Amino acid sequence: MKRRPSLFSVAVQTLAVLLAVAYLIPVYMTLNTSLKSPAEINLPTAWQLPSELNWASYVTAWTRFAPYIKNSLILAVAATLISAGMGALNGYVLCKYPFPGSAVVLPLIVFGMFIPYQAILVPLFQFLQRTRLYGGLPGLILVHVVYGLPITTLLFRSFYAEIPDELLNAARIDGAGFAGVFRHIMLPLSGPPFLVVAIWQFTQIWNEFLFAVTLTRPDAQPITVALANLAGGQAVSWNLPMAGSVLAALPTVAIYVFLGRYFVRGLLAGSIKG
Amino acid sequence: MRFRLKRDELYAVLVILPSILLLAVFVYGFIAQTFRVSLTDWGQTAALSLQPEINYVGLSNYADLFGGFLNIRFRQDLTNMVMFTVLFVGLSLATGLVLASLVDNLIWGETVLRTVFLYPMSLSFVVTGTVWRWLLQPRGGINLLPTLVGLRAGQFLWLSSRDQQLTFDWALLPHYAVVALLALAAVMAGAAVLRRRRRQAAAWGAAAAMAAAVVATGLSRRWQLLPYSEAHGFSTALWGVVLAAVWQMSGYTMALYLAGLRTVPDELREAAYVDGASRLQIYRHVELPMLMPITVSAIVILGHIALKIFDLIFAMAGPDHAPTSVPAITMFLKTFRGNQLAVGAAIGTILLVIVSLLIVPYVVTQYRGDGGGRA
Repeated sequence: MKRRPSLFSVAVQTLAVLLAVAYLIPVYMTLNTSLKSPAEINLPTAWQLPSELNWASYVTAWTRFAPYIKNSLILAVAATLISAGMGALNGYVLCKYPFPGSAVVLPLIVFGMFIPYQAILVPLFQFLQRTRLYGGLPGLILVHVVYGLPITTLLFRSFYAEIPDELLNAARIDGAGFAGVFRHIMLPLSGPPFLVVAIWQFTQIWNEFLFAVTLTRPDAQPITVALANLAGGQAVSWNLPMAGSVLAALPTVAIYVFLGRYFVRGLLAGSIKG
Repeated sequence: MRFRLKRDELYAVLVILPSILLLAVFVYGFIAQTFRVSLTDWGQTAALSLQPEINYVGLSNYADLFGGFLNIRFRQDLTNMVMFTVLFVGLSLATGLVLASLVDNLIWGETVLRTVFLYPMSLSFVVTGTVWRWLLQPRGGINLLPTLVGLRAGQFLWLSSRDQQLTFDWALLPHYAVVALLALAAVMAGAAVLRRRRRQAAAWGAAAAMAAAVVATGLSRRWQLLPYSEAHGFSTALWGVVLAAVWQMSGYTMALYLAGLRTVPDELREAAYVDGASRLQIYRHVELPMLMPITVSAIVILGHIALKIFDLIFAMAGPDHAPTSVPAITMFLKTFRGNQLAVGAAIGTILLVIVSLLIVPYVVTQYRGDGGGRA
């Protein structure tokens, strides 16, 4: 029903562009402030462009944050791979091999992704201390794997529901068992679903804060905690938190920009029944 | 073949069993343990000793939180949480709907604009909080925007305001509840009369009359939660948090609504067009009604995010800033700064109950009896 641009279309277009500019304001302010020299940053001139570009904040932020970025990277990659792998197997089982009670198990699993983690934090803290996993990355990886299982299971289950059972039955007639069907039918079709799940998990874990701030010692802290600590200090000039924010945001924003299609699919699959 | 399938089913159960056990312990076991801890006095004395002395104290931690002299902050936390949730969910839905409707009718640049509206979703709340903390400095940032077009600078103290609006007396909460029931019953009774449903009208009318009697006799004012009056209200410092949160999450509602608009069949639009409906009428009477189920999903998803909000406030205003505090923050402070583990566990349990009221009906209707589709 495309017609020639009416007054209505022009108004819609204009309004949308204006709103987009408003949504980009924080980016402008972040980059702008991060590229100013500390002496040039004060409130009345916050909107003005820097008189000359000062990249030193990024150097400082990088030397300061590199260890924490490394922690976040190890944490997010490990927890993403493990939880996605387990989620794929769980989704395969729930979708293609329903067992007595599996209809009840699914909502019980899904509930786990909605709970406020404050409701399990005290026993979790005790558990990690007793198992000597408290404070380090392995413990935090374990936590993110476990609490990542509901969403990865749910996503893979809804993706696998689209694979027709006839395909599985054909493989079974050819002699494939539980593992064979997964290996030869499901796995080759799991590329895009895996990408969606991995992107979702990586973004969630990279951005996570509550577990990170309560369950790690300083040397194992992820970037979110380091950034909050830096920005929470009162005496800091704003160029450093802004440069730090850019570094902390870069990986997930890059994923979003380059793999946005998969990011949105994960976003929607989590809330609309797939 | 049959034997084979039986064996496969055994494998299937064995494969999923570790996950089920992990979640049984880490979700349900830990929830039970949290509740048990919340019934003790753990942390009042020597919380960190190897053999802390822990006594069972029943529900007294809960009673203290809701009615204890020292826990005024927790009650403001609850008020903040409710106000933030209502504003955040409402504004995110409205903004998302506007954005989706605009993007759906663009002549050019749809991909670019959609990307721009959605990118905040990929950021962490800590980054959002840090950046907006800078943008909301009272003498800079957003408050200076009007000066760019020659107007006077804004004066609002975004995060540091101590003002409260819509104040109410915590002690009188039962009274307010009865008044709310009265209003609801009266409206429902009126609606039933209009629709000529006599039985319903009588039932609602009776409920309204009872509530009115309780209010008129002053009974409801005597059921006080506290022995003194204690004012709580909407803390205006929350506007800053609401603004940042809506900026971050409205792209999500936009994506949801956009997906919904795309599922409206073109035949439906064309049929309405042929019947002489204007573009706005098609939007109002064909497209909007089909977005209702999405709105329900969005309210649940956004609502549970809002009730649990922690990182954003932590990064924007810090955990020690009472005007923007919520139960999730106070739980953190009590548990990890104050070593009052039992009180922290009680707050965690309260938070779980509140979130469950929203989530359980949703999860049950969405995922019950849907174990997959093997023929």
